[in-house]
Amino acid sequence: MKAMTYRGPYRVRVEEKDRPRIEHPNDAIVRVALAAICGSDLHLYHGMMPDTRVGHTFGHEFIGVVDEVGPSVENLQVGDRVMVPFNVFCGTCFFCARGLYSNCHNVNPNATAVGGIYGYSHTTGGYDGGQAEFVRVPFADVGPSKIPDWMEDEDAVLLTDALATGYFGAQLGDIVEGDVVIVFGSGPVGLFAAKSAWLMGAGRVIVIDHLEHRLEKARTFAQAETYNFTEHDDIVVKMKKITDFLGADVAIDAVGAEADGNLIQHVTSAKLKLQGGSPVALNWAIDSVRKGGTVSVMGAYGPLFSAVKFGDAMNKGLTLRMNQCPVKRQWPRLFEHVHNGHLKPSDIVTHRIPLEHIAEGYHMFSAKLDGMIKPLITVSATS
Amino acid sequence: MTDHYGYTAAKPPLRESSEQLRARVPGWGVDLDPQDRPSVPKLQLDPDATGAHWEFPERQPEHWPRERSIEHQFLTPVFGTAQPPRGLSGAIRKLAYARYSEGRAAHWLLLMAADRVDTVGSTLTSLASPHPDNLLAETGVLSEFKAHGLRSRLGERRTDVVHHPLDPIIVAGPWLLLGVVAYRTAKRVASRLRG
Repeated sequence: MKAMTYRGPYRVRVEEKDRPRIEHPNDAIVRVALAAICGSDLHLYHGMMPDTRVGHTFGHEFIGVVDEVGPSVENLQVGDRVMVPFNVFCGTCFFCARGLYSNCHNVNPNATAVGGIYGYSHTTGGYDGGQAEFVRVPFADVGPSKIPDWMEDEDAVLLTDALATGYFGAQLGDIVEGDVVIVFGSGPVGLFAAKSAWLMGAGRVIVIDHLEHRLEKARTFAQAETYNFTEHDDIVVKMKKITDFLGADVAIDAVGAEADGNLIQHVTSAKLKLQGGSPVALNWAIDSVRKGGTVSVMGAYGPLFSAVKFGDAMNKGLTLRMNQCPVKRQWPRLFEHVHNGHLKPSDIVTHRIPLEHIAEGYHMFSAKLDGMIKPLITVSATS
Repeated sequence: MTDHYGYTAAKPPLRESSEQLRARVPGWGVDLDPQDRPSVPKLQLDPDATGAHWEFPERQPEHWPRERSIEHQFLTPVFGTAQPPRGLSGAIRKLAYARYSEGRAAHWLLLMAADRVDTVGSTLTSLASPHPDNLLAETGVLSEFKAHGLRSRLGERRTDVVHHPLDPIIVAGPWLLLGVVAYRTAKRVASRLRG
């Protein structure tokens, strides 16, 4: 089969690999129809995530058709059109039993500090991902769901991570009616977090970025008030000024490990790999939120230490909330919101790239060319 | 003192009322109740909700000694089998897993080092294979011409553009330095052996 493979930092290619096989009785093999490149894939692409092996296939956002099932699979059949959450999870460990599917203890031998994720290095379990023609899906009775007939493929693929994560990030902000919410980052997760903040009754939603085309999308898609941090000497002071010097009630970090805006932080983390991530956006969130406020962290960081301003967080009495999103827990509510028209995830898709051209897709996404916000990878048809 | 928010008890008024927001923003307030959200409360004990029909999953066969964190009691019942450790990079990875916990920087730094060894080794090996690495194609840089590389960078006030010229130096610099040190060391050793 054809699959995207990692060749080293800033290098990927499409090559022939063996088709995955059933390795556990509850495995399924899914023929991928549509995948996406996630902003967090760029951390792998840039060589920031430890134990990213040459030959690894990335891709944790994908949908497709069940091609084969293991002998113990009861809930899926060959031919089913399915969406697969980015979490690999067992459903019965201490954490899954309590709804923390993203913290499953039974699927990642490589680390206890993170659950299983498709195509996200061996640090998250060593599973090849969905930027390929076929993918192995463990615990087929637990993870995937059949895509409702009314749901379009491009909406479904965005529910496997980006929308669910943005919505989850807004929830972790503990938003109450009338709250002022600042979202740092207007990539896909930031856009969905901003949109979700409104659903939860925010009184004002502010989005910060340095890419004008993304801020434009934040205004039109998420009805948000936007600020370009390059236009302000100090974005934290600007946030204080526009919130009557009180600070926001809630701040959401939707940037993560490669945040720009502070050269030293960015270079020491994203380039020299001396930190687990560049916490520029996170530190801005900590400093922009009011005392006693809440910071929700959706940005992904590597396992090494990062220079986070915990002193400010402690002294301000902040609540810091974070996790990888337990995607499937969000789906019933998000299905309703998509069905009712409150959310139209595919509105943020800007590029559709055939699998054969994925190397150019990665470069464009990494270098932020051509107004790219969300690239999808087209692989095959679902019908 | 009513406009000195923070210094007095009042909360600043919002520019728009909830009614105005409901009219302007599609779906505003449909998840208004903080207690009625999917991840509230954080822990919801409901083991029957997942579709699993086991208490502990059947174990996946282990076809080679699978590396695992020493913070795990045993090999997890299910695991990825992509890219088994191989060669020098594999030896470094096995050492990182066997010797150091996730709490130690050495664990992660060894894994990062193994990644770089893997990259260099795989690139060199590929040169002797039917599919040698093609840096031009693999880096995707040709998209610069199709996807408005210059216009994309200059059309907006992008902060990352500031360090783009530095990036190749920052990324390649340590490797070039390492190469120079290795070359000089090898040269010195060779001259001592001759002498």
